[in-house]
Amino acid sequence: MSTAASPSDSRESGGGAAPVLELKGVSKSFGAVQALYQVDFAVAPGQVMALVGDNGAGKSTLIKCIAGIHPISDGQIFFEGQPVDIHGPKDAAKLGIEVVYQDLALADNLDVVQNMFLGREEVSSLRRLDETGMEKKATDTLASLSVTTIRSVRQTVAGLSGGQRQSVAVAKAVMWNSKVVILDEPTAALGVAQTRQVLDLVRRLGQQGLAVVIVSHNLHDVFEVADHVTVLRLGQNVAEYRVADVTQTQIVEAITAGTLSKVPGQADAEVVTA
Amino acid sequence: MSATAPANTPSPAAATSAASDGLGDHARRWWADVRAGDLGSLPIFVGLIIIAIVFQSQNDRFLTSGNFVNLIVQAAAFIAIGMGIVFVLLLGEIDLSVGYVSGVAGSLTALLLLEDGASLPAGVAIAAALALGAAIGTLHGVLITKVGIPSFVVTLAGLIAWNGVVLLLIADRGTIVLQNDLVVGFSNDFLADGTAWIVAVAAAAIYAALLLNERRVRSAANLPTGPMSLTALRIATFAVILFAVVAIANQDRGIPFVLVVLAVLFLGWTFVLNRTRFGRHVYAVGGNAEAARRAGIDVDRVKIAVFAICSMMAALGGIILASRLRSVDPGAGGGQILLYSIAAAVIGGTSLFGGRGNIKSAVLGALVIASIDNGLGLLGLSSGTKFVVTGLVLLAAVTVDSVSRKGRAQSGRA
Repeated sequence: MSTAASPSDSRESGGGAAPVLELKGVSKSFGAVQALYQVDFAVAPGQVMALVGDNGAGKSTLIKCIAGIHPISDGQIFFEGQPVDIHGPKDAAKLGIEVVYQDLALADNLDVVQNMFLGREEVSSLRRLDETGMEKKATDTLASLSVTTIRSVRQTVAGLSGGQRQSVAVAKAVMWNSKVVILDEPTAALGVAQTRQVLDLVRRLGQQGLAVVIVSHNLHDVFEVADHVTVLRLGQNVAEYRVADVTQTQIVEAITAGTLSKVPGQADAEVVTA
Repeated sequence: MSATAPANTPSPAAATSAASDGLGDHARRWWADVRAGDLGSLPIFVGLIIIAIVFQSQNDRFLTSGNFVNLIVQAAAFIAIGMGIVFVLLLGEIDLSVGYVSGVAGSLTALLLLEDGASLPAGVAIAAALALGAAIGTLHGVLITKVGIPSFVVTLAGLIAWNGVVLLLIADRGTIVLQNDLVVGFSNDFLADGTAWIVAVAAAAIYAALLLNERRVRSAANLPTGPMSLTALRIATFAVILFAVVAIANQDRGIPFVLVVLAVLFLGWTFVLNRTRFGRHVYAVGGNAEAARRAGIDVDRVKIAVFAICSMMAALGGIILASRLRSVDPGAGGGQILLYSIAAAVIGGTSLFGGRGNIKSAVLGALVIASIDNGLGLLGLSSGTKFVVTGLVLLAAVTVDSVSRKGRAQSGRA
């Protein structure tokens, strides 16, 4: 199972559903720095895929490539089986890929509804903002995710706790019939109770049939919510496991000492066979 | 924030109480907000009352209808320019060039109206001056966003350069006296008493209709609405203030035309800021530019548009000023125009750090500044005293902002 050679095959035999998002041989370099090297990665609907790795392993670069913030240098991205080019955040959003960044990208001075519709405000006649429609939709989305801790959707985000902010950011991401939701370190800045809220939320996303990618340093969280885990090390995919089949020790081992395939000849051979 | 089970309970409770709570609950919540540092327009109303008491006790001509009308006309230019400044401050940027941009617009209007020169119709001259303002603002915006020069530097350069342009335009003519009735009448003509009342009653009726319609739409969508008594109170307050203004002004010369223009602009820009996508994006860029960019908002375009609006409002302010003085001289745009306009927006409660503020703050702030200017003038005090007092008021306003910001931070509302 720990293989960088043919990850998609192993998943299809193990996971069942066809992946909604699949990366094949994706590389990204910033000048002389090779941030990603021949990474294969896939996630299927209803799956919660954890993406783990040490600092500098390329986790953030990978999700930024998927989100269209960085153009990829090499390789191909497939969405629902079709090869796609993602040139910017709008392309990713159009496909149904939403990213919740670690900083959440919420504007503190705007209220919950305004943040959830930021950049995609709905307008009625006379180009007027459809405030009632948006407020209703936001309330419904929060309710569907069982987010009950927010007193009013008309309070500014500045007054919310970390867990509530995370909930707003996640609700913002799933409101648009998205198919893939990527969460970057969703629990990094949270206390125990709030981490629980957010992990419950992540689990519900998976149960609703979304493909969820969760980037995390915290293996406890990974074991709690994820059903698959992909390990990156120095920009390469060094291992993939089903969480049920693996121990924390094995994952830590892969994070710190996973076998690298950065022997160019070997990497090239893989591309040819793929 | 504890675990989900206890946190579950307040939500349905809040939903039911929102429908049934009365005026008292709203008053308590408002007072709680104030104590938490969310002061709104409270300090400015307190300030205006203090100013009125102090000056009235020193000179009983301060609170007369005649002086009230003077005050409106004196504040008009600062209100107009301040509205533009509010947009720029909402982005967390600054525009130091508004003074001399207003001077350029005033000079251009005067030149285009010259009877021995172009002698254009007033409408065309005003439109040309406003278009020039918008073009100047666009130029500033492009330099700030596309070239990446800080707005402070671009508009500081503008401050110097547009001053030069004023001199190039009219220095060799000296003072140009405005002959055009329409442009001069802008600040110096008044609505007939009856017309003013009709406009005021119509405005109050429209305001009531809008508020009631909003209630109807919200309750139709099953969203919480405030208590009916609060809506009634808001309508009554609006109507009382409006009718008082008309009644007082009508005792003297009446409502100046420029006030009608400002009211229309106030409504228009408030609508743009609160009810349109563009306005929402202005707040978003000021609150968190990176979040706005990631949400797909074209941040550069928003900024350029805001600088264009700011310079256009400055141009309008220049025309109003020229109209009040009935002339344009080579000193146009200088003096206190720039600093008073920025101070008006800040005193009114628009944050210098972006994302917080509204058009109302330009109006209220300009009223404070014009009152001080006017009151100290009535007392016959020197310009030196005027500037010291105005400076202290600005400092006090920013202090209130900073202290209340600390309060907000401590109560988690920063």
